[in-house]
Amino acid sequence: MEAILEVRDITKVFSQPGRPAFTAVDHVSFRLMPGEILGIVGESGSGKSTIAQLITRLLDVTEGEIIIDGEDVTHARGKTLRKVYDKLQMVFQTPTGSFDPRRTLGDGIGESLRNRGMSKADIRSRVAEMLQQCGLSPEFSDRYPHEVSGGQCQRAAIARALIGGPKVLILDEATSALDVTVQQQIMELLTGLQKNRGLSYLFICHNLALVQMLCDRVLILYDGKIVKQGTPDEVIMTPQSEYTRRLVEAVFE
Amino acid sequence: MRGEKAVTVRRQKVRRNNIKLRLSFFLALTAVLLIVALFADKLTPYDPYLQNYDISFQPPSTEHWMGTDRYGRDLFSRVLVGGQASIFSTLALVAIISVFGTVVGVGCGYFGGKLDAVVMRISDVCLAFPGLVFALAVAALLNGGIVNAVIALAVISWPKYSRVARSQTLAQKNSSYVHAALLAGDTPIQVISRHVLPNILGPILVTAMLDIGTMMMELAGLSFLNLGAQPPTAEWGNMMSSGRSMLQIYPWIVLSPGLAIFITVVIFNLLGDTVRDYMDPKNSRSR
Repeated sequence: MEAILEVRDITKVFSQPGRPAFTAVDHVSFRLMPGEILGIVGESGSGKSTIAQLITRLLDVTEGEIIIDGEDVTHARGKTLRKVYDKLQMVFQTPTGSFDPRRTLGDGIGESLRNRGMSKADIRSRVAEMLQQCGLSPEFSDRYPHEVSGGQCQRAAIARALIGGPKVLILDEATSALDVTVQQQIMELLTGLQKNRGLSYLFICHNLALVQMLCDRVLILYDGKIVKQGTPDEVIMTPQSEYTRRLVEAVFE
Repeated sequence: MRGEKAVTVRRQKVRRNNIKLRLSFFLALTAVLLIVALFADKLTPYDPYLQNYDISFQPPSTEHWMGTDRYGRDLFSRVLVGGQASIFSTLALVAIISVFGTVVGVGCGYFGGKLDAVVMRISDVCLAFPGLVFALAVAALLNGGIVNAVIALAVISWPKYSRVARSQTLAQKNSSYVHAALLAGDTPIQVISRHVLPNILGPILVTAMLDIGTMMMELAGLSFLNLGAQPPTAEWGNMMSSGRSMLQIYPWIVLSPGLAIFITVVIFNLLGDTVRDYMDPKNSRSR
């Protein structure tokens, strides 16, 4: 089976004149299969979010290749890149911060449709439909980000990510900013959507318990490198490297 | 506990209403000022350019509210008409530099790179130079005239806006919602026009409002030095200039346009202050 997303040896070096270069991501390679949920776990500063930004091309890689659905997008720009976003979407860590404070949620959710030239009425009905699938009533489309709770806002963000029908969804700490009960609800929503739509998730998280619950496979990231990969049970129950052991202990006290 | 909280909430509400009241008061004053300037031609009791040596150097009286100057022209009429040149050229100047500075600043902030480095060094130079001295040189180079004075001040004054716009844009550029907009397939121009500009407009508007007073003084300063509006055109700066040698004998010739500048600058500054208070995020925006 062909991978829906493959990264080969991606490396990101941040260099500023007058400071030593900093390697945030160091030759990371992995494959994400259709319908698979792949977890990326690691402490703060281990390069998780940088990987998400590299794959979504918000940052340029220093080295390596990114292949989405058989197409090399490592250096995609302009129109080609915007086409890539039809297949690849992302949910951000801060729910409220990911919506323009001066625009309604509906505006944000429908923005990609507007960019595709869809009529206003069509956008409205698609947004309402998508909101319902994400467990929100259609009237949320007229609310502003600061008028809704974090959980509601993250549901809207998921609606925004899925409205264009992508195949791969990157969840960059998508539940970290929420409290535990809301987190649980969002996880249920994500699992349901994944089953119904046959999505592939790249689930970036620092919470091993969530990863164990959701993911088919896990990568442990440390200092920009993959130190361990396998099924959650393999990685978490029989931690081999020193770092994984510490990470597991830190979570399961 | 409960009562205490209710009290603070109420106090905040009162403060906010207070600001709203102040804002509408100063907006009304500004509107009066602009309307008077706009219809000055029709409001003047005498022809501001009509010379009559029989009545030169008359002190303020019921007939000539601000007296007359050395050519016997009615000063009140001249101050009214002079407001047109002073106020509208200032507004034009502030509009030009705020729009130009914002465009440059947003472009530099968003796209960065070499262009950013070059433009920011140029603006550093402009900011390091005493503004009026540079404007003097430019105005002298271009010869006098109100349009040239506006150009001279615009050349030196835009960097203030590009600085504000650039730093605001940099903050927006790395926000999640700009990333989300890019992922929604926005082109850079769409990101800027839909998301960046509306979110940075507040601070720029406040800068512009507070700048009106300063710019009016500088423009009047250039006119005073005969590098702005040329006589016989009535303009507050050059009216003061033409009367300065007679300050001790016929002070009203200098004081009338001086008073007009003073009042106008104060009104615009207070309006700017109030707009800043109004836009302050601490006065939580509630829609």
